[in-house]
Amino acid sequence: MMGKLIMTVDDSASIRQMVSFTLKSAGYDVVEATDGVDALSKLKGQYRVRMMFVDLNMPNMDGIELIRAVRANPTYKFIPIVMLTTESQVSKKREGKAAGATGWIVKPFKPQQLLSVTKKVLG
Amino acid sequence: MDKQTETYREEAYELLAELEASLLELEETPDDTGMIGRIFRALHTIKGSGAMFGFDDIAEFTHELETIFDLVRGGKISVTKELIDLTLSARDQIKAMLDANEGGETADTSISEEIIIAIRAFLPDTEKDLEEQESEIRKLKPEARYLKPGNITYRIRFHPDPDIFINGTNPIFLLNELQEFGEARIVAQTNAVPRLEDIEPEKCYIYWDIILTTSEGIDAIENVFVFVEDDCEIHIEIIDEAGGPENETGYKRLGEILIERGDISTRELLAVLEEQRRLGELLVAAEVVEQGAVDSALAEQEHIRTVRKTRKESTSSSSIRVPSERLDSLVDLVGELVTVQARLSQKASFQSDPELLSIAEEVQRLTANLRDNTMRIRMLPIGATFARFKRLVRDLSNELGKEAIMIIEGADTELDKTVIEQLNDPLVHIIRNTIDHGIESPDFRESEGKPRQGTIRLSAEHSGPNVLIRVFDDGAGIDPEVIRAKAVEKGLIVQDADLDEKEILSLIFAPGFSTAKKISGISGRGVGLDVVKRTVEALRGTVKITSKKGKGTTTTLKLPLTLAIIDGLLVKIGETCFILPLSVVEECVELIHDDLTRARRRNMMNFRGKIIPYLDLREAFMVEGDLPPVKQVVVAEAKSGRIGFGVDHVIGQYQTVIKTIGKFYKDAEGISGATILGDGTVALILDTAQLVQSVENEAMFSV
Repeated sequence: MMGKLIMTVDDSASIRQMVSFTLKSAGYDVVEATDGVDALSKLKGQYRVRMMFVDLNMPNMDGIELIRAVRANPTYKFIPIVMLTTESQVSKKREGKAAGATGWIVKPFKPQQLLSVTKKVLG
Repeated sequence: MDKQTETYREEAYELLAELEASLLELEETPDDTGMIGRIFRALHTIKGSGAMFGFDDIAEFTHELETIFDLVRGGKISVTKELIDLTLSARDQIKAMLDANEGGETADTSISEEIIIAIRAFLPDTEKDLEEQESEIRKLKPEARYLKPGNITYRIRFHPDPDIFINGTNPIFLLNELQEFGEARIVAQTNAVPRLEDIEPEKCYIYWDIILTTSEGIDAIENVFVFVEDDCEIHIEIIDEAGGPENETGYKRLGEILIERGDISTRELLAVLEEQRRLGELLVAAEVVEQGAVDSALAEQEHIRTVRKTRKESTSSSSIRVPSERLDSLVDLVGELVTVQARLSQKASFQSDPELLSIAEEVQRLTANLRDNTMRIRMLPIGATFARFKRLVRDLSNELGKEAIMIIEGADTELDKTVIEQLNDPLVHIIRNTIDHGIESPDFRESEGKPRQGTIRLSAEHSGPNVLIRVFDDGAGIDPEVIRAKAVEKGLIVQDADLDEKEILSLIFAPGFSTAKKISGISGRGVGLDVVKRTVEALRGTVKITSKKGKGTTTTLKLPLTLAIIDGLLVKIGETCFILPLSVVEECVELIHDDLTRARRRNMMNFRGKIIPYLDLREAFMVEGDLPPVKQVVVAEAKSGRIGFGVDHVIGQYQTVIKTIGKFYKDAEGISGATILGDGTVALILDTAQLVQSVENEAMFSV
């Protein structure tokens, strides 16, 4: 276990892959989750997740709900959570922040943006 | 990235299939919100991921669809057969675009346009204009170009919401981000922090004032706070820029700054100014403003002054050549000032005049400052010297058939100019040795699982009052057994001498030692490392080697930063005064006769239960005169362990200005220099390393 562990939650495999690849090549460790339910169950496990990227549009449990659930867990009350959103969802940004999100990245994004946001909130 | 494109394509095809199925089902049950959600999400993913992986045509096209279904989701548009038909055709078009990317027929863009126009017809009127505007803007989409102005100084106040932690934000990371933009001075304001029992640990009570000089532009600064700007108070103001009016009398005064920031009012300022004390103190004492605000304003003042000064200096000439002799005489003068100041301090401490004492303290402070500044004038970064070695490494590697590169760390570590000049030859020699003996041949390295190319790392760093220069290589390391065997062969030690690894390795520095099987043009003559050692010791430094066989070797040179002034311990033997460098002194004890024992023609003494060697300086220097009733011993640290020096009296700490002792005396053993005491007499500075060595030599050869 080398770098800080970041969880990426997205139902799109291609996005998960891209996020994972980008973060790993910058020295972070990554765990993927396919949706909110998967994410919560992995958070309960042995992973010590330091930050999360959450897509807002997912089946079963949408991103905002997931963020709320994560914040309710005392272990993860203060970790940075960044939403992945599209431009047409400005209102979602507000909703997300109210639910406890730290920030957001607008899709489509370049790998470098992902890394600068990570640095901004994870140091 | 091709794998990603593949994954996207697979995903997209799947989504398109799902989309088709969902649309057909939706036609049967137009009010199924779950189905609508699924359709929206599918479109959303196709669009979002498409844009990420370069399928811009698909992304743009799908965007229109997504907008429509967002409105359907929100209940603004109802599901009709026309909509379903249109969406199905759109879906087919997307599939065509995907196929085209794979090398199939290029999709017909006119179809795309038709579909888009038809889709837009579904938009309720208000949305239509917006949509068109937005798509125009999207088509233009120039890269936001930040104007990069010259260096501008901003005053930033960052006051986070107390609940900022709940969103997972760490304000420190934001401050770090700001610091990367340029010179920043940050003052934390803690006046809102309640008492310990009232603190809620999950709340943030601190806010910050930041003065930042940067050329990044205000957009970049605002961008740092992009996630928190809604929940925090952020004020950014420009307070200085290059090209602005240069204020001859310096930056704004404290009161002006505080008024500008709204921390005090003009009336409050004037009321308080009627007294005489320093403005900042007065304001805080009058409880008109918090200490934190004053500190912060002062920091701003200081920062700008420095920035303006630097700017001015860089426009006029920023450096000036000075002949070394002038610097040397300056250093001499400073040295004499130090001596006189020591006398003043001493005298003042014996009078009971508090005012005199405080003056003496002030003089001492200023003198120390002057001393440090003067020493620093002669300091240069070692980087230039290091850089020359890169060439050396390259040439040597080629010559010897090795492959090696040099990495440099700490190039801007500063050392006295003379020291740098004197270090050049020793470093050259060490590096030559490293490439010759340390780094193995590329083939051998490969067979050992090492990279063919060896790494030599040259690093310099400050460590307290010293500079540490290290030469590290990942070569063959040194085999203590080989060294020991050689040392025995050369008669440096006896066959069964009991030495630990450290001692064995230090034998490498002995004169006449060399393990090179053949004498190359470079090394092998056995004259190298002992000269290195002597040069370093002449600079009052030390050199040591650590190594791991097969892994590598590190040679560490430790040098004091200042040559000319050291802290010393003044001792007296008979009528003569001597100085021992305080850096090696461990303790002073009184000598009880029983503690002295004789063994192996070396005097020994009992120090805290251990036996350590003892050298009576009276004997050594053949001082005449009466013995004092009790003997004092100064226990010092030598390379080989502790040693006790017997003296008559220990007088105390003394700031010693080193004077060289003239060429007739430079071979005097045990003396490394002299100093002039306050009363004009001369005290000799003892070279503890040499004294220890002579004791050991005597003992070793006498067995």
